[in-house]
Amino acid sequence: MATVEHKPADSSERPARAIRYREALNEALREEMKRDETVMLMGEDIGVFNGAFKVTAGLLEEFGEKRVRDTPISENTIVGMGVGAAMIGLRPVVELMTINFSLLAMDQIVNHAAHIRYMFGGQVSVPLVVRMPQGAGHQLGPTHSHCFEALFVHVPGLLVAVPSTPADAKGLLKAAIRDDNPVVFIEHEYLYGQRGEVPEGDDHIVDFGRAAIRREGSDVTIVGISRMAITAEKAAKVLAAEHEIEAEVIDPRTLRPLDLDTICASVRKTNRCVIVEEGWPHGGVGANLAALIQEHVFDDLDAPVGRVTGADVPMPYSKPLEQIAFPHEPQVVDAVLATFRDA
Amino acid sequence: MAEHPLPQPDVAREWLHTMMLIRRFEERAGEMYAKAKVGGFLHLAIGEEATIVGSGRAMLDGDYLISTYRSHGHALVRGTPANAVMAELFGRVDGCSNGRGGSMHMFDLQRRFMGGYGIVGGNLPIAAGFGLASDYLGTGDATVCMFGDGASNQGTFGETMNLAALWSLPVVFMVTNNQYGMGTALERHSAVTDLQVKGEGFGVPGLECDGMDVLDTFHVTSEALRIAREECRPVLVEAITYRFRGHSMADPEEYRTKEQVAEWRKRDPIGMFGDRLVAENVLSEDERAELDARSVATVDEAVAFADASPHPEPESLYDDVYVLGGQVQGWYSLDERTPTPHRGEDERAMVGREITDTTHYDGAVRSTSGAIGGSGAGPADDAQATGKVASAPNEAGDRDDRRSAHAVEAAGEH
Repeated sequence: MATVEHKPADSSERPARAIRYREALNEALREEMKRDETVMLMGEDIGVFNGAFKVTAGLLEEFGEKRVRDTPISENTIVGMGVGAAMIGLRPVVELMTINFSLLAMDQIVNHAAHIRYMFGGQVSVPLVVRMPQGAGHQLGPTHSHCFEALFVHVPGLLVAVPSTPADAKGLLKAAIRDDNPVVFIEHEYLYGQRGEVPEGDDHIVDFGRAAIRREGSDVTIVGISRMAITAEKAAKVLAAEHEIEAEVIDPRTLRPLDLDTICASVRKTNRCVIVEEGWPHGGVGANLAALIQEHVFDDLDAPVGRVTGADVPMPYSKPLEQIAFPHEPQVVDAVLATFRDA
Repeated sequence: MAEHPLPQPDVAREWLHTMMLIRRFEERAGEMYAKAKVGGFLHLAIGEEATIVGSGRAMLDGDYLISTYRSHGHALVRGTPANAVMAELFGRVDGCSNGRGGSMHMFDLQRRFMGGYGIVGGNLPIAAGFGLASDYLGTGDATVCMFGDGASNQGTFGETMNLAALWSLPVVFMVTNNQYGMGTALERHSAVTDLQVKGEGFGVPGLECDGMDVLDTFHVTSEALRIAREECRPVLVEAITYRFRGHSMADPEEYRTKEQVAEWRKRDPIGMFGDRLVAENVLSEDERAELDARSVATVDEAVAFADASPHPEPESLYDDVYVLGGQVQGWYSLDERTPTPHRGEDERAMVGREITDTTHYDGAVRSTSGAIGGSGAGPADDAQATGKVASAPNEAGDRDDRRSAHAVEAAGEH
C-alpha cells in the first residue's frame, strides 16, 4: 500500500488541553456547523434531551431546530433521509443511539449510502456521516452492547472510523464531515467519559488511513481496534514490567481506508503480531487483518498472528459473565506470550 | 370520473407521443431481453404510461423524480434520451448510469431523475431527504416519489409518511397501484386496499387518480404538487393502474386470468387518449400513426446506438466507488484483498498529493499493466481521472459532455 504525503500542519505540536471524548466530539460538530451551513444533525433525542450520551449537548440551543433535529424512532428512514439530503447539497450527520440499532438501517447504509455513487455511474456523491457508539461493559445485554465494525468494513463505498482518543475523535469526525464519501463513524460507550489531550484551535483534522503508534517497541506488534487500543496499551505496560517484552502498540484509527503500511512496517521490525478487538472472532476485523499481514509480510513472521476477540456469544447481562466476554489486559498478555512460546 | 378538458393541442400531442415512445421503447426492450442483449431483470411498465406521463408533466424542471426498479419510462419522461436508457439496458458506457446500474438503476442528475431503486420501499426515505434538503435550502423544488402497491407494506412507508408530515416536507408520494405486488394480488397483501388512505393515520392526506387516464393523473398530481409546494406538506396520491405484462420478463403470470388482462387492455391509456385526440380533431389518424412511427424510429436508433456503444473497460471496474482526493487517495488505499494490485491501478491519479513510497507495489504494477496489454496507463487517462476528481461532487459536467457527444435526441422528442 502506498503512503502519501499529507498536507495538514501537525496540530499535535500545538498547545492542548485535556477534555473528554464526548466533549471532543461535541466540539467537532459545533465547529463544523459553524464552518458550513449545510452541516445539520438528525437523530433520536439529540436535541431537547441533548443526546443519549450527551455528545450533542447544547447544539440545539446554539443552532436551532432547523439544524439540530430530534427524530422519531425510525433508524432506517432517518439514515435514508440523510442519504437523500446528502445527494442534493446537505452534509447531514445522523446519530444512531447504539450500533445495534444500525442493523435497522442496514438497507440504507449498505444498499443506498454505500452504493449510490457507483450504481449511478458517479453522477452523485453521498457526503453523509452516520455516528454510533458500540461496546460492552455497561450490562446492557445482547441488544445494546456489540461491536460491529467488521460488518461495515465489509462494504465497499463506506469509510469506517474507530477513534479511541478524544483527539482522534475530534479530528476524525471533522475530516469525516468534510469528506464527500459516506462515513460510518463508530464511537465507544466506555470512552465517552475518558479524558485526553486535544490540540487547541478549530482546524485539528486527523486524516483517514493513518495509523497511530501509541507505544514504540521492538519485540511484538499489538494492533488494538477501537477501545481495544487502550486495552492494548495497558497490556504493553504489563508485558514490559513483568516479562521484559517491549510491545509496539498500533491504533489503526480508521479501518477503511486501512493503514496497512504502518502495521506491516512494525511487524517487519518485531516479527510478531497480536490483534485485539472487542467484536466476534468469525469474520472479524482481526481475521481480515491477520490474512492481510500474512499475505504481505509472511516471511517476517516468527509466529502465527495472534488474535484476541470478544467471546463468540451474544452479550450476557450478568456482570461477571459480561466481563469475561470481552478482552482485558490479561488475555492480551497471554496472547503475546503465546507468540513467543511457539518460536 | 369527470372528463377533463384537453390541454393545448401541442401539449396534448406531446403527451401522446411520449406515452407512445415509452410503450415502443419497452416493447423493444422486451425483445432485446429475449435476444439476451439485456441482462438481469427487466420490469416493464406497459399499461402504466398514463401514470408516468401524467405525473411527469405535472412537474417543473427543477422538481425531483425518484422511482423504483420499473423506471425506464420515468427516465424518458424527464427527457433522458432513449439512446442513454437503452445503452444502460445493454450495460454500455453511454448508458445513463454508465452501465453500472442496469434496468433497475437508471439515473440522470441533469434532468433531476434521481434514480430507479431496486429495494422495494428503499426510495421513500431518500425522497423525504430530497424534500428535507429543498426545504432546508429554500429552493422551492418539490419531489415526486413513485412506488408500488407492494411497497406500501414496507416499514419505510409508515416511517417516511410520519416524518414527511412531521417536518412538513414538499413531497408527493405516488403509489402506483397496478393491483399486484409481484404475483400477490392487492387484496392478498394489504389489509387496506384503498391505498390513498394509508397515509392518513400518519398525517398525510390522500388523493386518487385514474392512472389509465393521462389527463386525470396530470390534474390530480398538479393539485398534489401545488399543496406540496405552496403549503409545504406531503400528499399521497394513489394512481389506479395495471401492467399489461408480467412483473418481470421471468413472470409466467399464473396469478391472474387472461380475461382480467383483456378487460384492462380495453382501457389502454395510449389508445384511449389517442382516440379522444382524434375525436376532438386535435390530430388526424395519419398524424397519430406518424407519431407512433417517430417513436419506433427513435427506439430503432436507440437500439443501434446501444449496440454500437462500447462495454465499460475492465480498467474502470473501481471507478466511482469513492470520491477521490479527500480522505481517499485511490482505490488501492481501500482494497486490500491481495498484495497484487488490481487492473486499473495505473489509471488512478493522485490528486494534490504525491505518492512518496510505492515500494510495495512497484514491481507488481508493471507486470499487471503488461498483463492487460498496457492499455490505459498513458497521460491521457491520468488527465481524465484527474478531471473527474476535480469536478464538484454533485455536478454532472463530464456526463453532459458525453451525452452531447454521443446522444442525439430524436426529432420531436421534447
